[in-house]
Amino acid sequence: MLDGGNPSRVAVECQVNGVARSATVQARLTLADFLREVCGLTGTHLGCEHGACGACSVLVDGDVVRSCLMFAVQANGRSVTTIEGLGGPDGALSPVQEAFRSEHGLQCGFCTPGFVVTVTAFLRDNPDPAETEIREALSGNLCRCTGYQGILKAVAVAARAGRGAVE
Amino acid sequence: MKPAAFTYHAPASVDEALGVLAELGDDAKVLAGGQSLVPMLSMRLAVFAHLVDIGRVAGLSRVEVGERKVTVGATTVDSLIGRHAELSGAVPLLARVTPYIGHMAIRNRGTLGGSIAHADPAGEYPAVAVALDAEMRLRSARAERTVGAPDFFAGLWSTVMEPDEILVEVTFPRWDGRCGFAVREHARRHGDFAIAGAVAGVSLGAGDRVERAAVAMFGVSSTPVRARQLEAEVAGRPARECDPEQLGALAVSGVHDVVSDMSGSSAYRRRVGAAMVSRAWASALEEAMSA
Repeated sequence: MLDGGNPSRVAVECQVNGVARSATVQARLTLADFLREVCGLTGTHLGCEHGACGACSVLVDGDVVRSCLMFAVQANGRSVTTIEGLGGPDGALSPVQEAFRSEHGLQCGFCTPGFVVTVTAFLRDNPDPAETEIREALSGNLCRCTGYQGILKAVAVAARAGRGAVE
Repeated sequence: MKPAAFTYHAPASVDEALGVLAELGDDAKVLAGGQSLVPMLSMRLAVFAHLVDIGRVAGLSRVEVGERKVTVGATTVDSLIGRHAELSGAVPLLARVTPYIGHMAIRNRGTLGGSIAHADPAGEYPAVAVALDAEMRLRSARAERTVGAPDFFAGLWSTVMEPDEILVEVTFPRWDGRCGFAVREHARRHGDFAIAGAVAGVSLGAGDRVERAAVAMFGVSSTPVRARQLEAEVAGRPARECDPEQLGALAVSGVHDVVSDMSGSSAYRRRVGAAMVSRAWASALEEAMSA
């Protein structure tokens, strides 16, 4: 895994939204920066870069994680899904994205990718959540527009329609 | 907000990891789930020339439920602990504190061993370890040793572990008979660091007398604190005679270095700590009574 001459550089090979990606990067490169700068997938947003805001949430092997708290090299051999990987190949919105649009679950949109990824995993694991469970599931994602009411409604609508599952 | 450059090591076995640590000593830090370490590296509160990632070490992620004790491998992630039905039945406190640890995304990466080795004073797993007298299994290239919870936590973010040691597993005793367990935690937002919290376990004997009591507080001091005075006070007494409110006050009276920061003054933390103890105690007792 170590890159002969420079021990602080490492090889990374993983699947991102179903596409095989490989690169040699600095070991300190976070998964978030790998996705944005190496893969060019800028839908993953970086708010705080220390695990407090949730904007950079992605799925790794199906589990929601903060991509700023994981080094790219730790994703070796794993399958990563970003906001770009949730919709259809033709650009169709996923059921969760559709609910965020219909219920005005976004304002400036900066936090939205993190919310949508988190909610996608949450509804897959808990398709019929109570409102308190929805609030707990969203507690790790901050919206600085404070548009939480629309977000809560969007999650309830996506859940009620029973459409929240990851395909 | 970018970590300083480091050399990355990804050993496949504990022995290989111990070899790297033996060679590098203080320059190396063990990386498990990274949910506390990576923020510290990003904010450059900590800088290490080498990181030894034990996330791919075989055999460190495991839960072994025995008749008298439960052993949890160091890299077992929080979310797995939270949903492990057999573990939850054997050591209920572990499963019950898990939802309080950060958020879903944090629990998917954070590990039990990382939480205990990091020794955050507001950490939930360290408090459970202290309350239940868990044993930490430490290995280095030199030796292997077991350290009990009362001797393990040395201060703020500090334990008795040497730089060349790895925490490989933690063993928790099982309680049997009529017992109950509870956790109470106060934070400004679900998942934030606790301003104060408490875990409690109680088991009852004949006449509903307290056979065993185990209470620990977190967030109030530089380490988790065992409420020894409370435990001595209730020992052998009919459980209903003990006033939970007085027990809460007694528990915090034994803490001398109560934290004061922007989340709360030490006086406030004392009050919240006492309330958390009394509620956790009452809830654990309720469960034991109906067991």
